[in-house]
Amino acid sequence: MPVPAFLRVLWAALWLALSSGLAVAQAPGARDIETALDKLAADSFGDTEAAIALIARSGVAAGVAILEALGDRRLFFVAGDTAVFYKDAAGRSFNARSGVATDIPASASSVRLNNRLRGQVQAALGSMTLLSPDPAQRLKAAETVVKSRDASALPTIDAALAQEKDDGIRRALEDARAVLTLSSTAAPEPQRIAAAQRLAANSDNESLSLLRQMAGEARGGLKDTLDRGIAAIEGRQKLQLAAQTVWFGISLGSVLLLAAIGLAITFGVMGVINMAHGEMVMLGAYVTFLVQEGFRAKAPHLIDWSLPLAIPLAFLATALVGIAIERGVIRFLYGRPLETLLATFGISLILQQAIRSWFGPTNLSVASPSFMTGAFNVMGLQVTYGRLWIVVFTLVIFALLLVILKATPLGLQMRAVTQNRRMASAMGIRTRFVDMMTFGLGSGIAGMAGVALSQIDNVSPNLGQSYIIDSFMVVVFGGVGNLWGTLFAAFTLGIANKGLEPFAGAVLAKIAILVLLILFIQKRPRGLFALKGRAVDQ
Amino acid sequence: MAFTRRSILGAAAGGATVLASGIRPASAQAGPVKIGILHSLSGTLAISETTLKDVMLMLIEEQNKKGGVLGRKLEAVVVDPASNWPLFAEKARELISKEKVAATFGCWTSVSRKSVLPVFKELNSVLFYPVQYEGEESERNVFYTGAAPNQQAIPAVDYLMSKDGGEAKRWVLAGTDYVYPRTTNKILEAYLLAKGVAKDDIMINYTPFGHSDWQTIVADIKKFGSAGKKTAVVSTINGDANVPFYKELANAGVKATDIPVVAFSVGEEELAGIDTTNLVGHLAAWNYFQSIKSPINDAFIKQWKEFTKNPKRVTNDPMEAHFIGFNMWVKAVEKVKSFDADKVIDALPGIEAPNLTGGISRMLPNHHITKPVFIGEVRKDGQFDIVWQTKDLVAGDAWSKHLDGSKDLIGDWVDKKCGNFNVKTSKCGA
Repeated sequence: MPVPAFLRVLWAALWLALSSGLAVAQAPGARDIETALDKLAADSFGDTEAAIALIARSGVAAGVAILEALGDRRLFFVAGDTAVFYKDAAGRSFNARSGVATDIPASASSVRLNNRLRGQVQAALGSMTLLSPDPAQRLKAAETVVKSRDASALPTIDAALAQEKDDGIRRALEDARAVLTLSSTAAPEPQRIAAAQRLAANSDNESLSLLRQMAGEARGGLKDTLDRGIAAIEGRQKLQLAAQTVWFGISLGSVLLLAAIGLAITFGVMGVINMAHGEMVMLGAYVTFLVQEGFRAKAPHLIDWSLPLAIPLAFLATALVGIAIERGVIRFLYGRPLETLLATFGISLILQQAIRSWFGPTNLSVASPSFMTGAFNVMGLQVTYGRLWIVVFTLVIFALLLVILKATPLGLQMRAVTQNRRMASAMGIRTRFVDMMTFGLGSGIAGMAGVALSQIDNVSPNLGQSYIIDSFMVVVFGGVGNLWGTLFAAFTLGIANKGLEPFAGAVLAKIAILVLLILFIQKRPRGLFALKGRAVDQ
Repeated sequence: MAFTRRSILGAAAGGATVLASGIRPASAQAGPVKIGILHSLSGTLAISETTLKDVMLMLIEEQNKKGGVLGRKLEAVVVDPASNWPLFAEKARELISKEKVAATFGCWTSVSRKSVLPVFKELNSVLFYPVQYEGEESERNVFYTGAAPNQQAIPAVDYLMSKDGGEAKRWVLAGTDYVYPRTTNKILEAYLLAKGVAKDDIMINYTPFGHSDWQTIVADIKKFGSAGKKTAVVSTINGDANVPFYKELANAGVKATDIPVVAFSVGEEELAGIDTTNLVGHLAAWNYFQSIKSPINDAFIKQWKEFTKNPKRVTNDPMEAHFIGFNMWVKAVEKVKSFDADKVIDALPGIEAPNLTGGISRMLPNHHITKPVFIGEVRKDGQFDIVWQTKDLVAGDAWSKHLDGSKDLIGDWVDKKCGNFNVKTSKCGA
C-alpha cells in the first residue's frame, strides 16, 4: 500500500525536527509550534489552551512529543524565560525548541494543566496519532478521539480506516466514527441513525451516555432509534448488574475469608478467643511495606517481585510473633476464655501502639505491582486485576490449609488434639507443642492475609481492627471448627452484603446482615455446619 | 517524667528572667504558662491528629526561643484523648482545672468538639479548633481557625460549575456517615437546587467510618455518570476510608477528565499513603497547600522538616490553621497583657496574623477567620497544583446562608454578645 502524502509530510517533519533546530524553523507549521511554545512558557491556562490548539493545527510531528510531555507533566519552563524543555517517557531531557538533548535547569517548573486542558490535550493527541505506525498508539488514539467528540477529526478517522488492517483497531475506529457522527448535529440524519444503531449494539456506559444525551434533542426517526437503543442497552445492563453484584460479592467474600481463615484455626480449631488476630494481619501488611522498601532501595527494577517475596516472609514473621504470644501468655490461660479474651485484647493494643511509635501513625504507601493494576472486561463486566488476584490467592491458601490439615502429620496431630486432648496426649502426642504450632500456623496465615490486604486497604496501625469483628462473624456463622463452613460463610456474607447494598446503602446493608446473623444464631447456635458427636461437648 | 523535668527547668529559666530584669511578675504564679494540646495520639484519629500535636510543640518551642509571651515561657501539656469522645471531655477538664492551661489547641471531628464544649463553657477557657467543619455554630469559648462551608465546600462547587472546572451538571455527594458530611451535604444540596440543578441529578451516598469495600459505590458512580451530563463527585469521605476509595477509583479507571472527584478531607498527609499515578487531576479544596510558593511558607516547611528530622514530612491545611490560631492567641495576650481567658476572648476578634499563603487573616466577631480558598489538583508526587483560587480572603460564615433554619442567624461576640443572633427578629437565640 502506498504511503499517503500526508503521512510522508509528517515523517519528513519529524526527521527535520530531529536533525536540526534550524530546520524546524523552516518546516511547515513550525511557526505555530514556536508561537505555541512561547505561550506554554507563560504557564497560564488561557495561553496553554491556545497553544494546544496551535500545535494540533500545525500537524507537525514534533508537536506530538510536546503534547505528550504536557499531558504527562513532563514539560518544563523557567519563569521569565522563553526556554521550554521536556523529558521523554524514558526520562531523557530535551530542549523543546531545537529537539536537542540537554539538561533541564534546576529552577524550571512544569507547565500546569487542569481537567479541561487535559481533555483537550488528549483530543489533540488522538487526532494527531491516529496514523501512527505503532498499533498500540493507534488504538489509544481511537479511544481518545471518542472522548473528545470533536467532529473535525472525522476525515482523519476515514483516512485511518482506509489503511487499518488490525481488526481490533478497526472496530475502535468505527466506534469512534459512529460517536463523532452521532454527536455532530450537522451530520445527515440517515448517517446519524446508522451510527446510533451501531452504538446500541455496545453495552458500555459511554455509549449509553451519548445515546441519552442525544435523545434529549433528537426528533423523528432518529429519536425512535435512540430510544430503542437506550432500552436495548439498559436491558443488557440489568443482566450485567446481577453478574456484577455476584462478582463484587465473591470479591468481598474472598477478603472476609482471607481475614477469617487464620482465626478459623486459632478460634475454630483451638478454641482460643484471639483478639490480637487483626494485629497479625496488620503485621503482615507492615512486613510487605518493609520488603517493598527494601526492593526500592536495592533493586527498583524488580519491584513487582516484592509482593510474592513478602508472602513467605510475612508468614514467617507473624508465625514467630504468634508462637511468642502462645508461649508467653496464652498457654497459661487455656480453658479460661474470659482471661484469654482480655489478655489478647491487651496484646492487640500493645502491638498497635508499638507499630504506631515505630512507623508513625500515618498511612504507609504500598504500591501495587503492575500485574495487579488495571481492569479487563468480560462481556461488559469490569473485573479489576487486583481483586481477581486476591480471590485466587485466597483460594490457594484455603487449599493449602486443607492439605496441611488432612495430609500432613502435623495436621493429623492437630485434629487429634482438638478432638480429644487427653486421648491424644495418652497416645504420645506432645499436645503443648501441637498447640504452639497450631497457633503459629493460624497467625502466619493472618500475616499472609495482611500482604493481600495491603493492596486494597490502609497500611496503618488500625488495619487489623476493622477486620476482627468480620472475622469472628464469619467463623461463628460458618460453624466453629469447620473450614468448609468458614469458606461457605465468607462467600454467603459477601454476596448477601453486596446484594443488599444497592437497595439499602452501605450502612443499612451492614446492619441488616448483623441482624440476620443474630436471628440465625438464635436458631442454630453452632453455625451453619456444626461439628457433631462427642467433640462438641469438649 | 520529661514534663516534670522540663517544668522545673522552665521555672528556673522564668525565675532567672525575673531576677535579671528586676521586675516582679504581673501574675501571682510566676513560671511557665501552660498550653493544652488535646489531640488523639492513639486510636483511629491518631493518623491525623498526631501531626497537629507535633506542629503545636514546634510553634511553642519557636515562641520560647523568641523569649516566650509577656516574658514568660510557654509549656506544652500534651494529653491523649485516644479518639474516644467522652475521654475528650475528661481530658479537657483535666487540662483546665488541674493543669490550669491558659488556652487549649485541639479536637478533630465535630463530635469531639461538641463533647468538650460544655467543659470549656463551664470552666470558661479558650479552645482553638483547627479543622474544616460544617458550621452552624459560634460559641464564646471556641475560635474556629479551620474553614466554614462557605470557605471550602461552596467555592469548590462553584469551580466545578465553571468552564475550567468542566461545567458539571450532575452531582454525587459522597460522605462518611456522621455530622460533618451530613450537614455539609445538606448545605450543598440546598445550594445546588438553588442553582437550578434538578433533584434527579443529585445522588447522595453515605458509608460507615472505615468503609473498605468501595466496589459497589464506585460502580454506582460510574453508572450515575453515564446519563449524558458532565458528572462530578463531591467527597466528604473522612479518615481511613479514603485510601481504599481512591484505590478503587484508580482500579476502576475513573479518570479525572471523565468524572472529577473533589475532596474536602484529603490533603498532603492522606495522599502520602496512596500511589497517586492514576489519580492525577482529581481535586481537593483547602485554604492552604504545601506547594504554594511564598517566603513564609517555604520557611515554615523548612522549619517543620527540621523539627521532625524527616525530610519527607508534609505540611497540610489544619497545621496552617494552628499556625494562624497560635499567632493570634499570642498577639491577643500581648495586646491585653494578660493570660486571663475573658480578656483574651474579648481581645481576639479583630486580631490579625499572617497565614502561610502570603495573606493576612483576621479573627472575626463570629470567632471564625478570613481565609483564601484554593482548588488543588493531585500531582504524581502526592502534592497539589493550584488550579484556581479566590481573589480575596473569604470571611467565614458561622451560619449557612443556604439553609432555611440558619439563614437569618449571625454570630457576633463583639456588639451583640451572642452566637446565634437573629437579624430578622433582632433577638438572641434563633
